[in-house]
Amino acid sequence: MTAAFVFDAMLCLLLVGTAVSAVAGRDLFASIAFFVTYGILIGLAWLRLGAVDVALAEAAIGAGLTGVLLIGAWSMLQRRCGDGGNDPAMPVLPKLAAAAVSVTVTGMLALAVLALPVGAPGLVPLVTENLSESGVGNPVTAVLLNFRAYDTLMESIVLLIALVAVWALTPKELWGGVPGLRQHARPDGVLATFGRLLPPLGLVVAVYVVWAGSEMPGGAFQAGTILAAVWLLVVMAGIAEEPRMSSRLLRLALVVGPAVFLGVGLVGAAFGSFLGLPVDFAKALILAIEFALTFSIAVTLALLVAGTPREGT
Amino acid sequence: MNLAEAFTILFVVAGIFFFVAGTVGLLRFPDTHTRLHALTKADNLGLGLIAFGLAFRMPDVWGVAKLGLVWLLAVLAAATVAQLVARAALDRLPDLDEKGGAR
Repeated sequence: MTAAFVFDAMLCLLLVGTAVSAVAGRDLFASIAFFVTYGILIGLAWLRLGAVDVALAEAAIGAGLTGVLLIGAWSMLQRRCGDGGNDPAMPVLPKLAAAAVSVTVTGMLALAVLALPVGAPGLVPLVTENLSESGVGNPVTAVLLNFRAYDTLMESIVLLIALVAVWALTPKELWGGVPGLRQHARPDGVLATFGRLLPPLGLVVAVYVVWAGSEMPGGAFQAGTILAAVWLLVVMAGIAEEPRMSSRLLRLALVVGPAVFLGVGLVGAAFGSFLGLPVDFAKALILAIEFALTFSIAVTLALLVAGTPREGT
Repeated sequence: MNLAEAFTILFVVAGIFFFVAGTVGLLRFPDTHTRLHALTKADNLGLGLIAFGLAFRMPDVWGVAKLGLVWLLAVLAAATVAQLVARAALDRLPDLDEKGGAR
């Protein structure tokens, strides 16, 4: 087991190292690069802990999608301020305040972890005992979409609110336009070829990840990120355009996931408990929620990356 | 140690060599295009050799096929990105020359 220990120790050192570099670095772009690397390493750490679902989500959303969002924000800063947004004259007081808040939260989390009873099985026996009634074989999906579906419902709505916040930054005269920057891919270039080659495979993988999520690691958030990435590639390759912000179909796509989730929850409320799934239909209902959620999450994430509408549309 | 394990060690070590060489090239080479050249060797050959080495440890043919697919997708993405970065760097070359040549 010494090889495993050496690997884990190196992983921990790399995690702390990349985290410090991401926070303390002077160059904004380097900080983003370190943050993405940190996300990949965190994914690896979750994998070492046996939490494959979390590892998938971290790699896809924490490292991949957040990285794209940060690079997008960086290039926008560079266009507006010229110096990549590196502001040497940031006042000391906000820096100190941010450091104090971070240290306090870290300390509280550390205390919470240390206060946990050592060696106790936690909620694992409870989940294992009731797994047969959840309708799925993956305990993580059982918790996320049946036993504690409340949290997942909130998460999907938070994502929608984030997009509403981004859209709220739209200047009045651009409202309803085509979101994102104009793409300049050459029609016969490698990106155009790649953008035609990859999407069919990406679609198959995304559908597989949702379907597999009921029995194995996978699920709506991971598959949604894959779908969003496929769509972003198609847009970047100049094969298709983002739909207008004012499109009714687009808005329907955004809310269908949370709406189906909420609808199933309300039907459950009529028959006993809110978000309670009847044992006989649990699997079908969970899959229906997962597929609808995947679609909405994909559309929301892709639009989060695209941002506010461009000029002159 | 049986033959399959020996093959795994041989090819994974060879793959790691290409990754190390690619990383050294990325850090030491003078400009974007030579750095890309070093980086894509690590992606193509390094990952290919490691995937090939790990294929000997797969329980069935599906595992081998998945490794092959992972390698194929990584090569496709790396080749495409290398082309895009190279083209973007080409556009900036005159700009670099004004500052006293490529770094």
